[in-house]
Amino acid sequence: MKQTMPLLRAIFLGAVSTLAAGLCHPAVAAEKKIIRNIGSDTMVNLAIAWAEAYEKVDKNVSVEVNGGGSGKGVTALIEGTCEIANCSRTFEDKEIAECKTKRGAEPKEFMVGYDALSIFVHKNNPLNEISLDQLGEIYREGGKISKWSDLGVKIPGAKGDEIIRVSRQNNSGTYHYFKEAIVGKKNEFRLGSLDMNGSKDVVELIAKTPNAIGYSGMGYATKEVKQIKVSKKTGEPAVAPSIATTLDKSYPIARPMFMYTAGEPAAYLKKYIDWVISNAGQKIVAETGYVPLPKK
Amino acid sequence: MEPTKFRSPTPSFPEGESALRAPDPANQGNKAEENPVLRPPAGGAGRNPSAPRRAGRRPVVVAFEKCVEILIHLCGISSIVFVFGIFFFVFREGAPFLRKLDFGEFLTSKYWIPTSQTNPRYGAGALIVGTLSVTGLAMVIAVPFGLGAAVFVSEFCSKRTRETLKVVIELLAAIPSVVWGFVGLSVLSPLIIDTFHVPVGVNMFNGALLLALMSVPIMVSIGEDALKAVPDSYREAAMALGATRWQLVYRVLLPAAKSGLLAAVLLGVGRAIGETMAVLMATGHSVRIPGSIFDPVRTLTATIAAELGETSKGSDHYQVLFLIGILLFSITFVVNLTADLIVKGIRRK
Repeated sequence: MKQTMPLLRAIFLGAVSTLAAGLCHPAVAAEKKIIRNIGSDTMVNLAIAWAEAYEKVDKNVSVEVNGGGSGKGVTALIEGTCEIANCSRTFEDKEIAECKTKRGAEPKEFMVGYDALSIFVHKNNPLNEISLDQLGEIYREGGKISKWSDLGVKIPGAKGDEIIRVSRQNNSGTYHYFKEAIVGKKNEFRLGSLDMNGSKDVVELIAKTPNAIGYSGMGYATKEVKQIKVSKKTGEPAVAPSIATTLDKSYPIARPMFMYTAGEPAAYLKKYIDWVISNAGQKIVAETGYVPLPKK
Repeated sequence: MEPTKFRSPTPSFPEGESALRAPDPANQGNKAEENPVLRPPAGGAGRNPSAPRRAGRRPVVVAFEKCVEILIHLCGISSIVFVFGIFFFVFREGAPFLRKLDFGEFLTSKYWIPTSQTNPRYGAGALIVGTLSVTGLAMVIAVPFGLGAAVFVSEFCSKRTRETLKVVIELLAAIPSVVWGFVGLSVLSPLIIDTFHVPVGVNMFNGALLLALMSVPIMVSIGEDALKAVPDSYREAAMALGATRWQLVYRVLLPAAKSGLLAAVLLGVGRAIGETMAVLMATGHSVRIPGSIFDPVRTLTATIAAELGETSKGSDHYQVLFLIGILLFSITFVVNLTADLIVKGIRRK
């Protein structure tokens, strides 16, 4: 349910602003510019927060946010049905070429923040670090690790040895990123994980379940759970998730978030993106649980 | 849900022969009376011209009467319209997928991977098992408690205790399901881990316990009505024959109120199958065939609730979720139909 809220809010916001634009006096309506902002589900919460805050900054611009995935944003930008596309990946060469032919300009990229996933375990769990390989073996269908003893861990006070995998519902952006980065594009998640309905629920469940392991946005960490270090390969040095390690790219499960425009943005679009990158916009990034850009 | 709900007053009549007949003539009598009541104003206008003040009013009264009649008629058939309307719309969204889908696999496969990019699989088997097992376990817990409480409230306790109990039970029914889910997640979950020494606290048992608590109030109130409807003469006769109170309940009241009690249980089942929020939060929401009652499971309803919000309209995933809706519809329909047939069967004897 929680995850659907941003979408509903986005739709609601969109509807309200369209309605408002329609009802307004024609002279005012002509002045008020609408920015259609479509794309990544991972970014949708953030994009809505930005859109809401920007209403106070520039009353003549209204931002309509829609999720649907990075791919949807790319298509919308190429087709010209949005002004700004949100992407948690970069444009592929094919997409750049398509944008050139259809819009007459290459897509212009603006990095607007980072999204980092933390691996959480129960606070009594002695495990301090884990590698991406091990995570893959735990979550992948046919993976070899299903018991804590396989990792050489004995959790004090835990009942049984089974690793309780906590995951997300199968259409969340976090689920797809985790799948891409850890489970593998061609592999499937092993069934039988506990599929929570929000980033916060993952952390809450792990706090109450000693045998659990799970992933969620870095911003969702609480005192009740333990964030563990992650290494790229077993044996390599593990890195703790933080804003600094995300920025220097040493933390392996983080990705940049982008906004794209078709060619050089018009003045009102440029103003919005500049505001997003400014301290005011980046403050919202941190508040919504993502990693802001390094301070200039 | 609906058909049984409408029926609930009927089975609460004891099916002793005299009792069975009694309500019917009474109903017909009512109908017979209704017509004369309606007619005099219409015919009376011509017959009684000596009352000009009333005569002027009568067409208005008649028109009003007609309007009310039509309105009530509409209310009566509206539920039918709604049920078929809902069925139509759910079916329209889900049915196109039936052509693309191997229905046998849909019902039996345990692989529910609808968002896979390489090989999406739509097997609702584990979800069906999840729904049935949680509901079944909930009934194992709820039926003894619910019917026991109904017997106690109706036969054993003093008038004051009864009033208090009824109020408290109604309060139990008024707790929203999301609150139950929250209780399951934050209170029951750690408790279950500690008490039963199991690794996960959000599991089938947790969900079933909540569903039991949620369906008990319905069972108590309908079960109590059913027991109340057994004529006192049955009780007096049993007492006169020297039966103890337990013998009275076991040998006389329970058989006499059988159909009403069955309706109570089946309404509880309907409540449990359809429940969404509490099971979404408390069962662990995990696609698997459970091996014990402490395994997490996932139900049909919770799957729809968790996934429908983010699927794009018209996609395969979207359609298959509506198909699950049709499946749920069919399950509750079968439950209600069975209840109806059993109740009718008992009454015919």
